[in-house]
Amino acid sequence: MFFKKKAMRLASAVLGIAMLGSVFAGCGDEAASSDDIKVGANFELTGNQANYGTACMEGLKLAVKEANEAGGINGKKITIIEADTKSEAAESVNAATKLISDDKVVAIVGPAVTANVIAESDVATQNKVPIVAPAATNPNVTVKDGELKPFVFRSCFIDPQQGTVMAQFAARDLKAKTAVMYIDSSSDYSKSLGKVFKETFEANGGKVVMEEAFLAKDQDFKAALTKIKTANADVIFVPCYYEEAGKIVKQAREMGISCPLLGTDGWDDPKVADIAGADALNNTFFSTHYFDQDAEAQSFIETFKKEYGHAPNVFAALGYDCGKLLIDALKRASSLDGDAIRQAIEATKDLQVATAKITMDPSNHNPIKEAVIIENKDGKYELKAKIAPEK
Amino acid sequence: MDFTHQFVQQLINGVSLGSIYALIALGYTMIYGIIKLINFAHGDIYMVGAYIGFFAVTRAEMSIVPALLVSMVVTGLLGMLVERLAYKPLRHAPRISILITAIGVSFFLEYASMYFVTPTPRTFPNVIDNIAYNIGPFVVNGQQMMIMGITLILMVILTYIVQKTKLGKAMRAASFDVETAQLMGINADRVISYTFCIGSALAAAAGVLVGVYYNSIDPLMGIMPGLKAFVAAVLGGIGILPGAVTGGIILGVIEAMVSGFLSSTFRDAAAFGILILVLLFKPSGLLGKNRREKV
Amino acid sequence: MNLLRKNDLIMLAFGIVLFAVLQGLISTKIIGSFWELNLIIIGINVIMSVSLNLINGYTGQFSLGHAGFMAVGAYVGVVLTTFFKLPFIVALAAGALAAGFLGFLIGLPTLRLRGDYLAIATLGLGEIIRIVIMNIDYVGGAAGFQGITHYTNFAWVFIIMLITLFVIKNFINSSHGRACIAIRENEIAAEAMGINTTKYKVMAFTMGAAFAGIAGGLFAHNFYIISPSSFTFLSSFNYLIMVVMGGMGSITGSIAGAFVVTFISAALANWPEFRMIIYALVLILLMFYRPQGLFGYMEITNMGIFRRILKRGRE
Repeated sequence: MFFKKKAMRLASAVLGIAMLGSVFAGCGDEAASSDDIKVGANFELTGNQANYGTACMEGLKLAVKEANEAGGINGKKITIIEADTKSEAAESVNAATKLISDDKVVAIVGPAVTANVIAESDVATQNKVPIVAPAATNPNVTVKDGELKPFVFRSCFIDPQQGTVMAQFAARDLKAKTAVMYIDSSSDYSKSLGKVFKETFEANGGKVVMEEAFLAKDQDFKAALTKIKTANADVIFVPCYYEEAGKIVKQAREMGISCPLLGTDGWDDPKVADIAGADALNNTFFSTHYFDQDAEAQSFIETFKKEYGHAPNVFAALGYDCGKLLIDALKRASSLDGDAIRQAIEATKDLQVATAKITMDPSNHNPIKEAVIIENKDGKYELKAKIAPEK
Repeated sequence: MDFTHQFVQQLINGVSLGSIYALIALGYTMIYGIIKLINFAHGDIYMVGAYIGFFAVTRAEMSIVPALLVSMVVTGLLGMLVERLAYKPLRHAPRISILITAIGVSFFLEYASMYFVTPTPRTFPNVIDNIAYNIGPFVVNGQQMMIMGITLILMVILTYIVQKTKLGKAMRAASFDVETAQLMGINADRVISYTFCIGSALAAAAGVLVGVYYNSIDPLMGIMPGLKAFVAAVLGGIGILPGAVTGGIILGVIEAMVSGFLSSTFRDAAAFGILILVLLFKPSGLLGKNRREKV
Repeated sequence: MNLLRKNDLIMLAFGIVLFAVLQGLISTKIIGSFWELNLIIIGINVIMSVSLNLINGYTGQFSLGHAGFMAVGAYVGVVLTTFFKLPFIVALAAGALAAGFLGFLIGLPTLRLRGDYLAIATLGLGEIIRIVIMNIDYVGGAAGFQGITHYTNFAWVFIIMLITLFVIKNFINSSHGRACIAIRENEIAAEAMGINTTKYKVMAFTMGAAFAGIAGGLFAHNFYIISPSSFTFLSSFNYLIMVVMGGMGSITGSIAGAFVVTFISAALANWPEFRMIIYALVLILLMFYRPQGLFGYMEITNMGIFRRILKRGRE
């Protein structure tokens, strides 16, 4: 009798949970009429990279909304199916698999962070579903062991371009002889930029005198900065994302480090100025994808502000670019078959997106895109240089 | 800068970082002392405190001291609420299920806040002028001094409450033995509730101070400091108030030294490594008494 | 034939039938690749939670570093298959050996600690393992190990899962296992009875770590890339949640826990912003209504329903 009662209660508990689950599973198949073109958006929506993923998602949604309002793709509307990488490589594979096999998307946009894109690229290649990464700048995203991944694209420039630009800028324009690199050792992005910077900077006659590391989400950088101060270098190169960038600049200035600080596209966010303060940011330079006072970028910035009530950061702009690139390719594609979309993306030429005019290079699936160097001056961006890609 | 100079500078960095760990660790240790619960949600209470302080400063345009007090009061009430809703019904359940509930509460606070305030980090407005004081070759800035000062004041108040007031006496009695304390006429439920209130308020103070000092807060900011504070509490001897402070400061100094003289990437590993070594030689923490378990 | 053996056989038969059905559904594409992947994850999680249950539930030693051992198994495995081109099965075994050996090394000194002190020590060790891996460039460092061949499939996972269940179940029912349970119930009393508590604690810990290593190997060869960020203390928490949700000290419970947690996560995949909130609420509510977990100390083979079916079969 005792067992029976217990077993009953148990069974009902299990059943309850299963039902709860199935209710949610059931209402998953909402919306999206069969006519719609389904595009997967696999982004970091939870976990510690969520701020980058959600910003990209905002940009992408705006691009899709604009396209749908302008009549969609040959009369068909685009629906975005969201998925969450949970800021983890393995979960990114899981989410991409769901998009491909369950939702039957024609293409995937995202994720934002390099490692998560690399993770999903095998699934996409096997299933012949093209993916376009908005912000993954590591060269290994589109190639594997020297071979091009046929279905993997990106809509931004790559680390070697950006690292080279900054190293040359440091050596030639700032006349720096010595540099310290302060790298986020938990991020592939930061590490690969550091490598390129070091090579180019030393090839240009400089010397990297100290390499220090921190971890994403750190709050306190003073200990390492105290050590960096002792190196007395001409410049400090800090390739990282904006949260850490702001804190590092602030704390470096507090520690009395006054030399120029150099950053990369991860710095391109109003938050850096908010965190560090305009004074601390003086005498800092970073490379990025576009200059926010360029005439071409204005309409994007205006619409974005109207839609979301705040200014776009670089991730949002890149997410928007990525959406534009894919939408343009979908319009030109002969069918919605993976191969047809792939060919259409490869044929992208002189497409005006928010940050630049891009042409896809079919040999490496990277867009040919210029980089800009921006100086922070009294809380404003000032354009230092526009540098076309080396060819 | 020679070695001694750098050493002293790292000591300053370490103590100011450690006082934040100490503030969070105090709450951990108080709660543990009374209901033997590792409150994994404590780091997230600290995060909520930071956000309440942020909104008090930006939306209600308060200055820092009232904002700190408002945040401490509201977060203290939140701590009581969490205890009442999530932990009290499980008072007699196995300890592990309360622990899992605490993890659940932690996830809930993190992701509910993420839903409401978005994952984008917020920046604290500059509420205190941050003047750097150069004492000889060393740099101490106003905010660092403020953090250490406020931590000190709060610890004095806490010591007074625990040692001199009736509530404090009841708390000490309950942490010694809840059942006996109840038999002596102490309302254990109320004491536990107040303990959560005080612990959460201290965490909130830490949250606001961190917000002011580092200038940036986000919904997942509590995970690592929460864990570090737990380490600090255990290092000093969990359940012992001076232990939490000692542990926090030691941890902060270790981290600064490792980052300064070795490498930042091994900072956390070194912190855990030292914790484990301490535990192996002194299983109940630095200030803990070694109690022989009796049958 | 005694009841125990018979139960084993019935469970084995049930396992084979379940495998046949699921494999059939997968090969006929009725179960799509997303749910196939989730079945694989459930299998890996079952191995993780059952092996953690051996340490936490049956031996009563509060370990929070299980993901660290999984990481060791995963990285040893992928290094062997990728750099040394060894067969998958060898890599799995080596991963298990490495994780088990590390578990032994770590367990020997730390298992003297009790309760929450052990918890924080194991949590710290798990994190140390992860940080060390993150700093080894040979295995890709923080960026992760890329270019892993995909070996894991449903059959591998299911068969290894069955073996794990069988081994751990028999261990628990052996005299060693009873010694472990005695330690859980009262360590001092167990010692007074002449049980070498250190030996059995280390034995259980080593075994649990070794199975976590196998699970790590399966996990790594399923996702093309592994990175240290998959093995943080938060994932150790996740396995602990599975164990407690199912019931500490019940293998059936661990299976159910792994299933429920994975299933909730997959079913809520379409609502990323609410997924974690709902998950947290389910967790809290479950602990309210079943603080001892879904199954408590019960096994399915001991339950009324199962016994009655057996009896009916005999009549």
